[in-house]
Amino acid sequence: MKNPLVDAVEKKYRRSNDLDFEIGDTVVVTLRIVEGNRERLQDFEGTVIARHGRGLDEMFTVRRIVANEGVERTFPLHSPRIATIRTVRSGKVRRGKLYFLRERVGKARRLRERRISAEARKAAADARAAKTRALQEAQEAVAASKSEMAGTPS
Amino acid sequence: MIPAILGKKVGMTQVFEPTGERVPVTLVQAGPCVVLQIKRADGPDGYHAVQLGFDDGKPHRATLPEIGHCRKAQTAPKRYVREIRLDAPVDKNVGDTVTVDLFQQAEVKFVDVIGVTKGKGFQGVMKRWGFGGQPASHGTERKHRSPGSISGRAANRGTSGAGKKGRRMAGHMGHARRTILSQALVGVDAEQNLLLIRGAVPGPTGGYVIVRQAVKRS
Repeated sequence: MKNPLVDAVEKKYRRSNDLDFEIGDTVVVTLRIVEGNRERLQDFEGTVIARHGRGLDEMFTVRRIVANEGVERTFPLHSPRIATIRTVRSGKVRRGKLYFLRERVGKARRLRERRISAEARKAAADARAAKTRALQEAQEAVAASKSEMAGTPS
Repeated sequence: MIPAILGKKVGMTQVFEPTGERVPVTLVQAGPCVVLQIKRADGPDGYHAVQLGFDDGKPHRATLPEIGHCRKAQTAPKRYVREIRLDAPVDKNVGDTVTVDLFQQAEVKFVDVIGVTKGKGFQGVMKRWGFGGQPASHGTERKHRSPGSISGRAANRGTSGAGKKGRRMAGHMGHARRTILSQALVGVDAEQNLLLIRGAVPGPTGGYVIVRQAVKRS
């Protein structure tokens, strides 16, 4: 289990808004680009083909086709340089890593769309949020009881 | 001020700079330490130093001398006790506590970390000293990881017949006191007694370390 002190430090850097994208989704990643002392936003739209790593170390890979050439970018999920991640379309996929898309050319690149109604999407997001919150509360309760035990004079 | 504190390695993680750069950090739970003894140049010890104690141990594991020594500071016996050498007398008394605050107050940017490295056991020269070993083929037999020649006779321009002293050979590696100089102090969490130190720190998670203000960089 992760040390609660490590967890507390990581929490400060974690992306707080609920992330509701999955492998196979088409997303728009909005990046903050700093040019000199000016900051602007840049979008990168593509298919999420992989997510790896745990916690603060989690990364995700987005693939798109630019000028008939495949381009993949891997981002740290919790990087402060990522302003937003927005899901545009959801793909129907049956595996966690979509590296087979690299070999596909033309129309075969498309993923079958997974139609999700707005309500279903919201419900799923809520469920995810509730789950993370419950997990967090459980962890905090454990941490609290531990520190209480440590604080008891022997 | 006391430029050092005792601590315990908690583990590693990473933090983000506002620019998005990722910084690897080691978390060290440092202090609160208790001043157990003060040595002064004008006293019987003949030099300035302060003895710090960190981490309460189990009372039944402590010896009576330890219990008595810590009682002078009105505290429980400590698991990690180390002396910090000083140039000038400190304005601390026996029984005072030392916390990570001191790094904040002195605006310390770089620290040296002293700890005992993880033991690696008996290791050959390739792992221990980074030797290249011998060729994999071209007639090499059973000597692929051997050091090669360790010297001719009288290698030190003497006629001893023994090789030169200090020749790097296979042997015990690790479990040695090591100091890592000038590691950036990324953050201080006074509430949790935490120090965030850039890079790796000697020893296993849970190992004790001394963190002091960097000697060669400020």
